[in-house]
Amino acid sequence: MISAAAAAVSSVLLLSAPFDLLSRLVGLWSDGLGWVGDRLGIAMLEYVFMHHAFLVGALIAVMAPLIGTFLVHRQLALIGDALAHTAFAGVAVGLFVNSLLGTGISPYVTAIVVAVIAALAIELIAETTDAYNDVSMAIVLSTGFALGAVLISLNTGGLAVGINQYLFGNLSTVSRENAVLLIVLFAIVSLVVTVTYKQLLYVTFDETAARVAGINVPWYNRLMTTLTALVVVGAMQIMGVILVAAMLVVPVAAAAQLARGFREALLASVVLAQIAVVAGITLSFNYNTTAGGTIVLVAVGVYIVAVLAGKVQSRRASDEVPERVGGARRAADEGTAERPTDD
Amino acid sequence: MSEASNAARGSQDDGAPLVDVRGLTFGYAAAPVVEDVDLRVDRGEYVGIVGPNGSGKSTLLRLVLGLHEPDAGSAELLGHPARAFAERERVGYVAQDVTEDEKRMPITVSEVVLMGRFPHAGFGRVTAADRDRVRDALATVGIEHLADRKITALSGGQRQRTYIARALAGEAELLVLDEPTVGVDAESVDAFFDLLDGLVDDGITVLLVEHDIGAVIEHASRVVCLNREVYFDGDPAAFAESDALDRAYGTNIRREEGGIVT
Repeated sequence: MISAAAAAVSSVLLLSAPFDLLSRLVGLWSDGLGWVGDRLGIAMLEYVFMHHAFLVGALIAVMAPLIGTFLVHRQLALIGDALAHTAFAGVAVGLFVNSLLGTGISPYVTAIVVAVIAALAIELIAETTDAYNDVSMAIVLSTGFALGAVLISLNTGGLAVGINQYLFGNLSTVSRENAVLLIVLFAIVSLVVTVTYKQLLYVTFDETAARVAGINVPWYNRLMTTLTALVVVGAMQIMGVILVAAMLVVPVAAAAQLARGFREALLASVVLAQIAVVAGITLSFNYNTTAGGTIVLVAVGVYIVAVLAGKVQSRRASDEVPERVGGARRAADEGTAERPTDD
Repeated sequence: MSEASNAARGSQDDGAPLVDVRGLTFGYAAAPVVEDVDLRVDRGEYVGIVGPNGSGKSTLLRLVLGLHEPDAGSAELLGHPARAFAERERVGYVAQDVTEDEKRMPITVSEVVLMGRFPHAGFGRVTAADRDRVRDALATVGIEHLADRKITALSGGQRQRTYIARALAGEAELLVLDEPTVGVDAESVDAFFDLLDGLVDDGITVLLVEHDIGAVIEHASRVVCLNREVYFDGDPAAFAESDALDRAYGTNIRREEGGIVT
């Protein structure tokens, strides 16, 4: 009875007409990359799983820094890590339920459910205790991981086999279904951020001023955390639970070294993340290394280059110090040069 | 200019006060931070609130802005209960600089000022008219040449002008400032108060919390002295003569030649 219901749910989620359409799109992408690989003699593009990996990677490298830029500048960089570990619990729940009831629910679907619940729980804790802190994050993180570990050990025989792919990510298991799931997550995340960009930016910059401006800050905090949960589950496939948070943070930190404006920083973080993902997946294939780890190492390399470039940039900029601001309507350029007083 | 449209909108009003606080009491736990406070701010006034540290000045502002629910009494903002007030673009808010501490966020001056247009735009797109408002506001506060600078590269005084410009871009009629000159160098503070004077002349109403009593007496049209309750409310010159200061501040006050120092 339960298994029939679960099968019905998963068929609604994954076998409906939009799924067919997206699945066909993934097929077209795959054909295209295969053709390109053929023409240019790129060996890794002979494999369908690599087509999926590059598609999924490119989508992750847009939505992770997109959300990460808001998180990092609210000093919530750790939240991605906490939610990734609860997503791991969600995967374990999915595998557990499947082996118990003989159902075929995708563990990523249960991961999304559990991570979103955890996201809202974190916000609830933060709202009721009136503070974000490392402790509540750490509690959620370890609870998630502990729950996952216990559920898996309860049923070791059937489960332990596939666990590494969730912990560390795996290119070769990226199926067409996973690619479709990623496209759906990508569409949701980019649509929501586009519509609420102004509100999210205001809340990120100054929460009190945002409240005075009539923005429902708790609501947008919940929204942000929920989107983070979606991104984390989406990125988990390639990055793995342990390293997924790096995609939310490292390209964003690199972009912050180079950008002046927020929009500029968003764009730069996406570009840098794309570089890390494409280079990382390629290296991972050629040297047979774990994808998540390789991508993160490339991203850190990009970050180091960005820090150095930022230093050069600011040294150049310090030659042109800001001019002093005169009285309200005085011409602004009459003052003599003055260094900022408090940076 | 935005000031002209403010004046136009103001003349359509029924003369209701912009801020109307009656019998307001609010406290954390049992101890009231503000107690039985009455405060009325009419259009065109420049009201400065002074008081010792922890006297409830900032809390009073937050109550006026509808950020807290009062324990007793009422707070009205532009004729509406402050908690339910919806026309948020009519109020501008400038506090101590948020970028001062650990905030290293990349954001340009014009991006910050554009936030003043967000209540107008809602979920819609930012238009060319919005960007024109931003340019006008930057020109009014005299920092149009800094529009594309990263805000953390500005001095404290320039950053506070940016926040004023944000309020002006939103066409605020009431400007609420909470210790805006903390961390700003003395010379820029003078220029900042000159700027506020100019805005008041343009018809903007100002409600200012400020630790520098001398500056408030010099610039404001009315002084409110607060320490949990109101000790004085009236003419700045009369305030300087009165003993309200000594009563509100206890014994910590010194009168010096150049002014009053706490």
